Amino acid sequence: MPDQSLRNRAAVIGVGTTKFGRLPGNDTYDLGAWALREALDDCGLKASDIDGVIVNRIPDYQRFCEAFGLNPRYALMTPGQGRMSGATIELAAMAIAAGMAKTIALVYGNDGRSAGDKYGGETDRYGSGGAGQFFPYGMTSPGAVHAMMFACHMHQFGTTSAQLAAVSVAFRKHAALNPNAVMRKRVTVEDHQESTFVAAPLHILDYCLINDGGVALILTSAERARDAKKPPVYIRGFSQATKLEESALPPEDYWYGPMQAAAKDVYEMAGVKHEDLDALMIYDNFSPTVLFSLEGFGFCKQGEGGDWMQGGRLELGGQFPTNTSGGHLSESYMQGWALNAEAVRQLRGECGERQVKDARLIQYMCAAPLMTSIIYGSDAT
Amino acid sequence: MSNYLKPLPKIDERNRAHWDGAREGRLMMQACDHCAALRYPFSSLCPKCQSTGSSWKEVSGKGQVWSWCVFHRVYFKGFEGEMPYNVVLVKLDEGPRIYSNIIGVDKDKLRIGMRVRAVFDQATDDVTLVKFEEDKS
Repeated sequence: MPDQSLRNRAAVIGVGTTKFGRLPGNDTYDLGAWALREALDDCGLKASDIDGVIVNRIPDYQRFCEAFGLNPRYALMTPGQGRMSGATIELAAMAIAAGMAKTIALVYGNDGRSAGDKYGGETDRYGSGGAGQFFPYGMTSPGAVHAMMFACHMHQFGTTSAQLAAVSVAFRKHAALNPNAVMRKRVTVEDHQESTFVAAPLHILDYCLINDGGVALILTSAERARDAKKPPVYIRGFSQATKLEESALPPEDYWYGPMQAAAKDVYEMAGVKHEDLDALMIYDNFSPTVLFSLEGFGFCKQGEGGDWMQGGRLELGGQFPTNTSGGHLSESYMQGWALNAEAVRQLRGECGERQVKDARLIQYMCAAPLMTSIIYGSDAT
Repeated sequence: MSNYLKPLPKIDERNRAHWDGAREGRLMMQACDHCAALRYPFSSLCPKCQSTGSSWKEVSGKGQVWSWCVFHRVYFKGFEGEMPYNVVLVKLDEGPRIYSNIIGVDKDKLRIGMRVRAVFDQATDDVTLVKFEEDKS
């Protein structure tokens, strides 16, 4: 577990998001810069107030800082994998606590839709980049890996695709209330069941939406955050775990073991229990990942997730409103970044029709070969 | 067979014995010289004991379906003519899991735990793929 003294040491003071969708003419630098301008406006800071920058998916930190006119003391870039959003936010919290920088901008840009990214076929580099060895058999794409994992869950626990539909239905219901979401038309379980297969047993409504967009977060120390324009959102706890050995193939346990370890650490660091949480932000590259995360982080017993998600439990008004923005399935695939931005906006009470009433604590979690979780709080208790 | 349009394996010194074996109708897997662990995908280092030496060992070709999926989207043009197609992850009786295709089983009849055995499917003059069929014995 990270040192308990890091609880509430860093806070998010600014968030910025671009439009999401098809944004031709914008490369990842443009999208990142757009989001960062929004984030600076959001917290009332100037570019010269930023003394740390970490870019993600943007290919070069130097070019980004050159273009934006930044001379941070601390600069870094992280690989363009969705699992890295949480890891990057955690790193920024640590860098602030360590005094490496006072105010860090995290900048993400994704031009996947305009660039024609398919996450499958000859350019597939999922996971360890070893996917090419499987191409002769037609095996490709992270979606197919998750389809195989879900087929195992169906076999082992009797989970059904119709149960899984609860994820798509809930997130689309939320997206309908989010003006910036790409897909806002409500869907039913029947719509999910009748939607085309991509890699069966997964339907197209189990897949995230590849789009263009950018997200920026500005973090600073808790002390400085108190002077910010808007109420700070504190990083109350965070954790990480991995299962990288044999990760060219699907994990045998849906990452349950390492997620249990990450769960223990994050709840202990934050001093939070499940029932204290007002909303959840769960990395939803594919809907089974939500099921695996709920089980791995202990919201229900392993194998019971299919049943547990029924009855609107993940919907606004339910026990654990999840991905209130619509998430990757319906808002846009912003690789975890927009889910973290949504957590901040919910805790500030800025979410309009989709606002979770009196939200005080929200957990982000991402299940992947490298898994992370962050608990955000609206006060520093 | 020059009209073969699907992706072909990139054969090099690290995996040549596997593909030579397939052409001879034998399933060859990489075994660590130090701890004997079989490994897949093929690599220069044993992830169990970090030794570098390895040899190629013929395995039975028998195993069971560990998981399956059915592709309804064309990611490789060469597969266009046989959509939808299955991909399975087979757990060999000797331990390792390998990706492949099941031949002769309807997509609705694929099931986890199905006993399978390797069959060798010549793709081109140089390449034979290791596929599987249901083992009813």
